[in-house]
Amino acid sequence: MQATIWGCRGSLAAPGPDTVRYGGNTSCVELRLADGTLLVLDAGTGILPLGLTLADYSGPINLLLTHLHLDHIEGLGFFMPIWSAEREVHVWGPRSPLESLETRIARYLSPPLFPIHLHDLPAELTFHDVPEEPWEIAGVRIAAGPVVHPGPTVGFRIEENGASFAYVPDHEPELGGDLAQLSPDWISGLGVASGVDLLFHDSQYFEAEYETRAGWGHSSVAAAVKFAGRAGVRRLVLFHHDPLHTDSELAELEARARELWNGEGTVPELAFEGMTIEVAGGVAVGD
Amino acid sequence: MEGRRQKNLVLILAREFASKLATATFVSDADGYLVFYNEPAEAILGQTFAQAGGMHAEEWAGQFQVEELDGSPLPLDKMPGGIALLERRPAHHTFRITGLDGVKREISVTAFPLLTRTDEFVGMVSIFWQAQQDGAS
Repeated sequence: MQATIWGCRGSLAAPGPDTVRYGGNTSCVELRLADGTLLVLDAGTGILPLGLTLADYSGPINLLLTHLHLDHIEGLGFFMPIWSAEREVHVWGPRSPLESLETRIARYLSPPLFPIHLHDLPAELTFHDVPEEPWEIAGVRIAAGPVVHPGPTVGFRIEENGASFAYVPDHEPELGGDLAQLSPDWISGLGVASGVDLLFHDSQYFEAEYETRAGWGHSSVAAAVKFAGRAGVRRLVLFHHDPLHTDSELAELEARARELWNGEGTVPELAFEGMTIEVAGGVAVGD
Repeated sequence: MEGRRQKNLVLILAREFASKLATATFVSDADGYLVFYNEPAEAILGQTFAQAGGMHAEEWAGQFQVEELDGSPLPLDKMPGGIALLERRPAHHTFRITGLDGVKREISVTAFPLLTRTDEFVGMVSIFWQAQQDGAS
Protein backbone atom coordinates (compact mmCIF):
# COMPACT_ATOMS: atom_id res chain seq x y z
CA MET A 1 0.00 0.00 0.00
CA GLN A 2 1.05 3.56 -0.57
CA ALA A 3 0.38 6.55 1.69
CA THR A 4 0.39 10.10 0.33
CA ILE A 5 0.02 13.13 2.57
CA TRP A 6 -2.32 15.90 1.39
CA GLY A 7 -2.45 17.74 4.69
CA CYS A 8 -0.54 17.34 7.97
CA ARG A 9 -1.16 20.65 9.73
CA GLY A 10 -3.04 20.48 13.01
CA SER A 11 -5.87 22.53 14.46
CA LEU A 12 -6.13 25.19 11.75
CA ALA A 13 -5.03 25.51 8.14
CA ALA A 14 -1.93 27.67 7.97
CA PRO A 15 -1.07 28.75 4.42
CA GLY A 16 1.63 31.33 3.83
CA PRO A 17 5.31 31.88 3.10
CA ASP A 18 6.39 30.39 6.44
CA THR A 19 4.67 27.04 5.89
CA VAL A 20 5.72 26.16 2.36
CA ARG A 21 8.04 23.27 3.14
CA TYR A 22 5.66 21.20 5.28
CA GLY A 23 2.39 22.66 4.04
CA GLY A 24 -0.58 24.40 5.58
CA ASN A 25 -3.47 22.04 4.85
CA THR A 26 -5.10 20.18 7.70
CA SER A 27 -5.13 16.39 8.04
CA CYS A 28 -5.76 14.23 5.00
CA VAL A 29 -3.93 11.12 3.83
CA GLU A 30 -4.56 9.12 0.68
CA LEU A 31 -3.97 5.43 1.08
CA ARG A 32 -3.83 3.32 -2.08
CA LEU A 33 -4.16 -0.40 -1.61
CA ALA A 34 -2.34 -2.89 -3.81
CA ASP A 35 -5.34 -3.23 -6.15
CA GLY A 36 -5.73 0.54 -6.45
CA THR A 37 -8.62 0.81 -3.98
CA LEU A 38 -8.69 4.22 -2.34
CA LEU A 39 -8.95 4.87 1.38
CA VAL A 40 -8.96 8.46 2.62
CA LEU A 41 -7.90 9.21 6.17
CA ASP A 42 -9.55 12.35 7.54
CA ALA A 43 -11.17 15.19 5.69
CA GLY A 44 -9.14 18.27 6.59
CA THR A 45 -8.50 20.93 3.96
CA GLY A 46 -6.02 18.60 2.26
CA ILE A 47 -8.95 16.61 0.92
CA LEU A 48 -9.78 19.38 -1.55
CA PRO A 49 -6.68 18.93 -3.75
CA LEU A 50 -6.96 15.15 -3.33
CA GLY A 51 -10.54 15.23 -4.63
CA LEU A 52 -9.43 17.09 -7.74
CA THR A 53 -7.24 14.13 -8.73
CA LEU A 54 -10.08 11.60 -8.54
CA ALA A 55 -12.01 12.40 -11.72
CA ASP A 56 -11.01 9.06 -13.21
CA TYR A 57 -11.51 7.00 -10.07
CA SER A 58 -14.88 5.30 -10.21
CA GLY A 59 -14.71 2.83 -7.32
CA PRO A 60 -16.32 3.31 -3.93
CA ILE A 61 -14.47 5.73 -1.68
CA ASN A 62 -13.98 4.90 1.96
CA LEU A 63 -13.32 7.91 4.16
CA LEU A 64 -12.03 7.05 7.62
CA LEU A 65 -12.41 9.83 10.18
CA THR A 66 -10.38 9.68 13.37
CA HIS A 67 -12.73 12.16 15.06
CA LEU A 68 -14.94 15.09 14.27
CA HIS A 69 -12.91 18.10 15.32
CA LEU A 70 -13.21 20.74 12.65
CA ASP A 71 -9.66 20.40 11.30
CA HIS A 72 -10.47 16.79 10.40
CA ILE A 73 -13.81 17.36 8.66
CA GLU A 74 -13.69 20.92 7.36
CA GLY A 75 -12.72 19.82 3.85
CA LEU A 76 -15.56 17.35 3.44
CA GLY A 77 -17.92 19.81 1.79
CA PHE A 78 -15.23 20.57 -0.79
CA PHE A 79 -14.39 16.97 -1.68
CA MET A 80 -15.45 16.79 -5.32
CA PRO A 81 -16.68 13.16 -5.30
CA ILE A 82 -19.50 13.99 -2.87
CA TRP A 83 -20.93 16.36 -5.50
CA SER A 84 -21.45 13.58 -8.02
CA ALA A 85 -24.56 11.40 -7.95
CA GLU A 86 -22.50 8.61 -9.52
CA ARG A 87 -20.20 8.31 -6.53
CA GLU A 88 -20.47 5.93 -3.61
CA VAL A 89 -18.81 7.27 -0.48
CA HIS A 90 -18.62 5.41 2.82
CA VAL A 91 -17.79 7.53 5.84
CA TRP A 92 -16.44 5.73 8.90
CA GLY A 93 -15.98 7.44 12.25
CA PRO A 94 -15.90 6.89 16.02
CA ARG A 95 -19.17 6.04 17.68
CA SER A 96 -20.68 8.40 20.22
CA PRO A 97 -22.77 7.35 23.22
CA LEU A 98 -25.47 9.81 22.19
CA GLU A 99 -25.80 10.60 18.49
CA SER A 100 -25.17 8.90 15.18
CA LEU A 101 -22.13 9.76 13.09
CA GLU A 102 -24.37 11.26 10.41
CA THR A 103 -26.16 13.54 12.88
CA ARG A 104 -22.90 14.78 14.32
CA ILE A 105 -21.35 15.49 10.92
CA ALA A 106 -24.56 17.23 9.85
CA ARG A 107 -24.04 19.77 12.61
CA TYR A 108 -21.23 21.15 10.48
CA LEU A 109 -22.53 20.28 7.02
CA SER A 110 -25.77 22.22 7.34
CA PRO A 111 -26.83 25.87 7.66
CA PRO A 112 -25.77 28.18 9.19
CA LEU A 113 -22.23 26.74 9.12
CA PHE A 114 -22.48 25.36 5.56
CA PRO A 115 -24.94 26.44 2.84
CA ILE A 116 -26.07 22.93 1.83
CA HIS A 117 -27.52 20.32 4.14
CA LEU A 118 -25.72 16.99 4.33
CA HIS A 119 -28.76 15.06 3.08
CA ASP A 120 -28.93 17.22 -0.04
CA LEU A 121 -25.48 16.17 -1.24
CA PRO A 122 -25.80 14.21 -4.49
CA ALA A 123 -23.35 11.37 -3.81
CA GLU A 124 -24.53 8.12 -2.32
CA LEU A 125 -23.26 8.64 1.22
CA THR A 126 -23.32 5.91 3.84
CA PHE A 127 -22.23 6.46 7.43
CA HIS A 128 -20.74 3.75 9.59
CA ASP A 129 -19.71 3.72 13.24
CA VAL A 130 -16.33 2.01 13.30
CA PRO A 131 -16.72 -1.56 14.59
CA GLU A 132 -15.07 -2.52 17.86
CA GLU A 133 -13.42 -5.49 16.20
CA PRO A 134 -11.26 -5.33 13.04
CA TRP A 135 -13.13 -5.40 9.76
CA GLU A 136 -12.26 -5.53 6.08
CA ILE A 137 -12.49 -3.12 3.20
CA ALA A 138 -11.53 -4.52 -0.20
CA GLY A 139 -10.04 -7.52 1.55
CA VAL A 140 -7.75 -5.40 3.71
CA ARG A 141 -7.88 -5.64 7.47
CA ILE A 142 -8.66 -2.41 9.32
CA ALA A 143 -8.78 -1.84 13.06
CA ALA A 144 -9.92 1.27 14.92
CA GLY A 145 -8.78 1.76 18.50
CA PRO A 146 -9.88 4.49 20.91
CA VAL A 147 -7.10 6.93 21.86
CA VAL A 148 -6.74 9.73 24.39
CA HIS A 149 -8.00 12.94 22.81
CA PRO A 150 -11.01 15.08 23.80
CA GLY A 151 -14.26 13.48 22.56
CA PRO A 152 -14.68 10.14 20.78
CA THR A 153 -11.43 9.60 18.85
CA VAL A 154 -9.79 6.58 17.27
CA GLY A 155 -6.54 5.71 15.59
CA PHE A 156 -6.51 3.36 12.60
CA ARG A 157 -4.37 0.35 11.79
CA ILE A 158 -4.38 -0.99 8.24
CA GLU A 159 -2.71 -4.24 7.27
CA GLU A 160 -2.17 -5.53 3.77
CA ASN A 161 0.09 -8.28 2.43
CA GLY A 162 2.17 -8.40 5.58
CA ALA A 163 2.63 -4.63 5.79
CA SER A 164 1.09 -2.48 8.49
CA PHE A 165 0.37 1.23 8.80
CA ALA A 166 -1.05 3.12 11.78
CA TYR A 167 -2.56 6.58 11.65
CA VAL A 168 -2.92 8.39 14.99
CA PRO A 169 -2.84 12.10 14.16
CA ASP A 170 -4.40 13.44 17.38
CA HIS A 171 -3.25 11.74 20.53
CA GLU A 172 -2.07 12.57 24.04
CA PRO A 173 -0.94 9.23 25.49
CA GLU A 174 0.95 10.89 28.35
CA LEU A 175 -2.38 11.75 29.94
CA GLY A 176 -2.70 8.06 30.74
CA GLY A 177 0.54 8.01 32.72
CA ASP A 178 4.30 7.90 32.31
CA LEU A 179 4.95 6.18 28.98
CA ALA A 180 8.27 4.87 30.17
CA GLN A 181 6.72 3.12 33.17
CA LEU A 182 3.33 1.86 31.98
CA SER A 183 2.92 -1.73 30.94
CA PRO A 184 2.05 -1.91 27.23
CA ASP A 185 -1.62 -2.78 27.66
CA TRP A 186 -2.09 0.42 29.71
CA ILE A 187 -0.72 2.71 27.00
CA SER A 188 -3.36 4.46 24.91
CA GLY A 189 -2.87 3.82 21.22
CA LEU A 190 -0.65 0.78 21.45
CA GLY A 191 -3.63 -1.30 20.44
CA VAL A 192 -3.34 0.04 16.90
CA ALA A 193 0.31 1.11 16.69
CA SER A 194 2.10 -1.91 18.10
CA GLY A 195 4.87 -3.11 15.79
CA VAL A 196 3.69 -1.32 12.65
CA ASP A 197 5.96 -0.71 9.70
CA LEU A 198 4.86 2.91 9.49
CA LEU A 199 3.23 5.24 12.04
CA PHE A 200 1.91 8.74 11.46
CA HIS A 201 1.63 10.26 14.95
CA ASP A 202 0.78 13.55 16.59
CA SER A 203 3.79 15.64 17.68
CA GLN A 204 2.27 19.09 17.83
CA TYR A 205 4.45 20.64 20.52
CA PHE A 206 7.97 21.16 21.66
CA GLU A 207 8.40 19.86 25.20
CA ALA A 208 8.34 23.36 26.72
CA GLU A 209 5.11 24.20 24.88
CA TYR A 210 3.45 21.05 26.15
CA GLU A 211 3.93 22.22 29.73
CA THR A 212 1.19 24.82 29.24
CA ARG A 213 -0.97 22.73 26.90
CA ALA A 214 -1.37 19.43 28.77
CA GLY A 215 -4.90 18.14 28.37
CA TRP A 216 -5.44 19.76 24.98
CA GLY A 217 -5.22 16.35 23.32
CA HIS A 218 -1.81 16.46 21.63
CA SER A 219 1.68 15.13 22.08
CA SER A 220 5.02 16.74 22.62
CA VAL A 221 7.77 15.58 20.28
CA ALA A 222 9.29 13.72 23.22
CA ALA A 223 6.05 11.86 23.92
CA ALA A 224 5.66 10.96 20.24
CA VAL A 225 9.15 9.49 20.09
CA LYS A 226 8.69 7.68 23.39
CA PHE A 227 5.32 6.30 22.27
CA ALA A 228 6.79 5.04 19.00
CA GLY A 229 9.62 3.42 20.91
CA ARG A 230 7.23 1.61 23.26
CA ALA A 231 5.12 0.55 20.28
CA GLY A 232 8.18 -0.79 18.47
CA VAL A 233 7.34 0.92 15.17
CA ARG A 234 9.78 0.68 12.29
CA ARG A 235 9.30 4.16 10.92
CA LEU A 236 7.83 7.21 12.67
CA VAL A 237 6.47 10.19 10.76
CA LEU A 238 5.60 13.16 12.94
CA PHE A 239 2.22 14.62 12.08
CA HIS A 240 -0.28 17.35 13.05
CA HIS A 241 2.04 20.35 13.01
CA ASP A 242 1.07 23.31 15.13
CA PRO A 243 -0.40 26.11 12.96
CA LEU A 244 1.92 28.60 14.62
CA HIS A 245 5.07 26.64 13.81
CA THR A 246 7.04 27.93 10.85
CA ASP A 247 9.10 25.75 8.55
CA SER A 248 12.27 26.58 10.43
CA GLU A 249 10.69 25.78 13.78
CA LEU A 250 9.45 22.49 12.42
CA ALA A 251 12.96 21.66 11.22
CA GLU A 252 14.07 22.21 14.82
CA LEU A 253 11.31 19.91 16.01
CA GLU A 254 12.51 17.20 13.66
CA ALA A 255 16.06 17.64 14.90
CA ARG A 256 14.82 17.28 18.47
CA ALA A 257 12.98 14.07 17.55
CA ARG A 258 16.16 12.62 16.09
CA GLU A 259 18.08 13.61 19.20
CA LEU A 260 15.56 11.70 21.32
CA TRP A 261 15.37 8.65 19.06
CA ASN A 262 16.97 5.49 20.41
CA GLY A 263 18.60 4.58 17.15
CA GLU A 264 16.43 1.59 16.29
CA GLY A 265 14.69 1.55 12.91
CA THR A 266 14.46 4.57 10.67
CA VAL A 267 15.08 8.01 12.20
CA PRO A 268 11.89 10.03 12.84
CA GLU A 269 10.92 12.52 10.18
CA LEU A 270 8.35 15.23 9.74
CA ALA A 271 5.32 14.78 7.53
CA PHE A 272 5.02 17.19 4.63
CA GLU A 273 2.45 17.71 1.93
CA GLY A 274 3.27 15.54 -1.06
CA MET A 275 5.20 12.99 0.99
CA THR A 276 4.60 9.51 -0.43
CA ILE A 277 5.59 6.33 1.33
CA GLU A 278 5.32 2.80 0.00
CA VAL A 279 4.61 0.49 2.91
CA ALA A 280 5.82 -3.06 2.55
CA GLY A 281 6.19 -5.78 5.17
CA GLY A 282 9.21 -5.00 7.33
CA VAL A 283 10.06 -1.86 5.45
CA ALA A 284 8.58 1.51 4.51
CA VAL A 285 10.32 3.44 1.79
CA GLY A 286 9.63 6.78 0.22
CA ASP A 287 10.59 10.41 -0.17
CA MET B 1 0.81 -9.39 12.58
CA GLU B 2 -1.68 -8.23 15.18
CA GLY B 3 -2.27 -5.06 17.17
CA ARG B 4 -1.81 -5.40 20.91
CA ARG B 5 -4.85 -5.68 23.21
CA GLN B 6 -5.29 -2.36 24.98
CA LYS B 7 -7.17 -1.72 28.22
CA ASN B 8 -10.34 0.27 27.83
CA LEU B 9 -9.49 3.94 27.43
CA VAL B 10 -11.81 5.02 30.24
CA LEU B 11 -10.09 2.58 32.58
CA ILE B 12 -6.69 3.97 31.55
CA LEU B 13 -7.86 7.49 32.31
CA ALA B 14 -9.65 6.45 35.52
CA ARG B 15 -6.47 4.91 36.87
CA GLU B 16 -4.39 7.94 36.01
CA PHE B 17 -7.11 10.23 37.44
CA ALA B 18 -7.07 8.24 40.69
CA SER B 19 -3.30 8.48 40.89
CA LYS B 20 -3.58 12.27 40.94
CA LEU B 21 -6.23 12.50 43.69
CA ALA B 22 -5.71 13.21 47.37
CA THR B 23 -8.92 11.30 48.07
CA ALA B 24 -8.64 7.56 48.56
CA THR B 25 -9.73 5.92 45.32
CA PHE B 26 -10.05 2.30 44.23
CA VAL B 27 -10.56 1.21 40.62
CA SER B 28 -11.69 -2.16 39.31
CA ASP B 29 -12.38 -3.42 35.81
CA ALA B 30 -15.72 -4.80 34.57
CA ASP B 31 -15.01 -8.22 36.07
CA GLY B 32 -14.37 -6.70 39.48
CA TYR B 33 -10.64 -7.21 39.18
CA LEU B 34 -8.80 -4.57 41.20
CA VAL B 35 -6.59 -2.63 38.81
CA PHE B 36 -5.44 0.18 41.09
CA TYR B 37 -5.77 2.02 44.36
CA ASN B 38 -3.95 5.24 45.08
CA GLU B 39 -1.65 6.37 47.87
CA PRO B 40 -4.40 7.86 50.08
CA ALA B 41 -6.20 4.52 49.78
CA GLU B 42 -3.04 2.69 50.78
CA ALA B 43 -3.10 4.55 54.10
CA ILE B 44 -6.62 3.28 54.80
CA LEU B 45 -6.31 -0.20 53.35
CA GLY B 46 -3.07 -0.75 55.24
CA GLN B 47 -0.88 -1.89 52.35
CA THR B 48 0.60 -0.39 49.22
CA PHE B 49 -0.99 -1.35 45.92
CA ALA B 50 2.37 -2.66 44.79
CA GLN B 51 2.32 -5.08 47.73
CA ALA B 52 -1.34 -6.02 47.44
CA GLY B 53 -1.38 -6.36 43.66
CA GLY B 54 -4.42 -6.99 41.52
CA MET B 55 -7.14 -9.26 42.84
CA HIS B 56 -10.71 -10.31 42.08
CA ALA B 57 -13.79 -8.80 43.75
CA GLU B 58 -14.44 -11.73 46.08
CA GLU B 59 -10.82 -11.59 47.12
CA TRP B 60 -10.74 -7.88 47.93
CA ALA B 61 -14.12 -8.09 49.65
CA GLY B 62 -12.70 -10.90 51.82
CA GLN B 63 -9.23 -9.45 52.37
CA PHE B 64 -10.52 -6.34 54.11
CA GLN B 65 -12.96 -8.13 56.46
CA VAL B 66 -15.82 -5.82 55.65
CA GLU B 67 -18.55 -5.51 58.29
CA GLU B 68 -21.47 -3.29 59.22
CA LEU B 69 -20.97 -0.87 62.09
CA ASP B 70 -22.89 -3.27 64.34
CA GLY B 71 -20.38 -6.00 63.55
CA SER B 72 -22.57 -8.07 61.22
CA PRO B 73 -20.91 -9.17 57.97
CA LEU B 74 -21.39 -7.00 54.88
CA PRO B 75 -21.51 -9.16 51.75
CA LEU B 76 -20.05 -7.98 48.44
CA ASP B 77 -23.47 -7.40 46.88
CA LYS B 78 -24.35 -4.93 49.65
CA MET B 79 -21.07 -3.02 49.50
CA PRO B 80 -21.07 0.16 47.38
CA GLY B 81 -18.36 -1.28 45.13
CA GLY B 82 -20.32 -4.50 44.76
CA ILE B 83 -23.51 -2.63 43.91
CA ALA B 84 -21.68 -0.54 41.31
CA LEU B 85 -20.26 -3.74 39.82
CA LEU B 86 -23.29 -5.98 39.97
CA GLU B 87 -26.16 -3.52 39.55
CA ARG B 88 -24.24 -0.87 37.62
CA ARG B 89 -25.55 2.02 39.69
CA PRO B 90 -23.95 4.41 42.17
CA ALA B 91 -24.13 3.58 45.86
CA HIS B 92 -22.97 4.96 49.20
CA HIS B 93 -22.53 3.35 52.61
CA THR B 94 -20.57 3.69 55.85
CA PHE B 95 -19.10 0.50 57.28
CA ARG B 96 -15.99 -0.94 58.89
CA ILE B 97 -12.99 -2.70 57.38
CA THR B 98 -9.88 -4.27 58.79
CA GLY B 99 -6.90 -3.07 56.82
CA LEU B 100 -4.11 -5.38 55.74
CA ASP B 101 -2.14 -3.83 58.60
CA GLY B 102 -4.69 -5.29 61.03
CA VAL B 103 -6.25 -1.93 61.96
CA LYS B 104 -10.06 -1.59 61.98
CA ARG B 105 -11.30 1.57 60.32
CA GLU B 106 -14.76 3.03 59.82
CA ILE B 107 -15.04 4.31 56.28
CA SER B 108 -17.64 6.01 54.11
CA VAL B 109 -17.58 4.80 50.52
CA THR B 110 -19.18 6.15 47.37
CA ALA B 111 -18.90 3.93 44.32
CA PHE B 112 -20.04 4.49 40.76
CA PRO B 113 -19.98 2.40 37.59
CA LEU B 114 -17.94 3.37 34.53
CA LEU B 115 -20.27 3.17 31.55
CA THR B 116 -18.88 4.22 28.19
CA ARG B 117 -22.23 3.54 26.53
CA THR B 118 -25.51 2.66 28.18
CA ASP B 119 -24.77 -0.99 27.44
CA GLU B 120 -20.99 -0.94 27.86
CA PHE B 121 -19.75 -1.35 31.41
CA VAL B 122 -15.99 -1.14 31.77
CA GLY B 123 -15.38 -0.90 35.50
CA MET B 124 -16.06 0.77 38.82
CA VAL B 125 -14.55 3.54 40.92
CA SER B 126 -14.89 3.75 44.70
CA ILE B 127 -13.85 6.83 46.60
CA PHE B 128 -13.71 6.66 50.35
CA TRP B 129 -13.07 8.58 53.52
CA GLN B 130 -11.99 7.35 56.88
CA ALA B 131 -14.67 8.20 59.44
CA GLN B 132 -13.02 6.62 62.47
CA GLN B 133 -10.11 4.39 63.47
CA ASP B 134 -10.79 1.76 66.10
CA GLY B 135 -7.23 0.60 66.73
CA ALA B 136 -5.54 -2.73 66.12
CA SER B 137 -7.74 -5.79 66.28
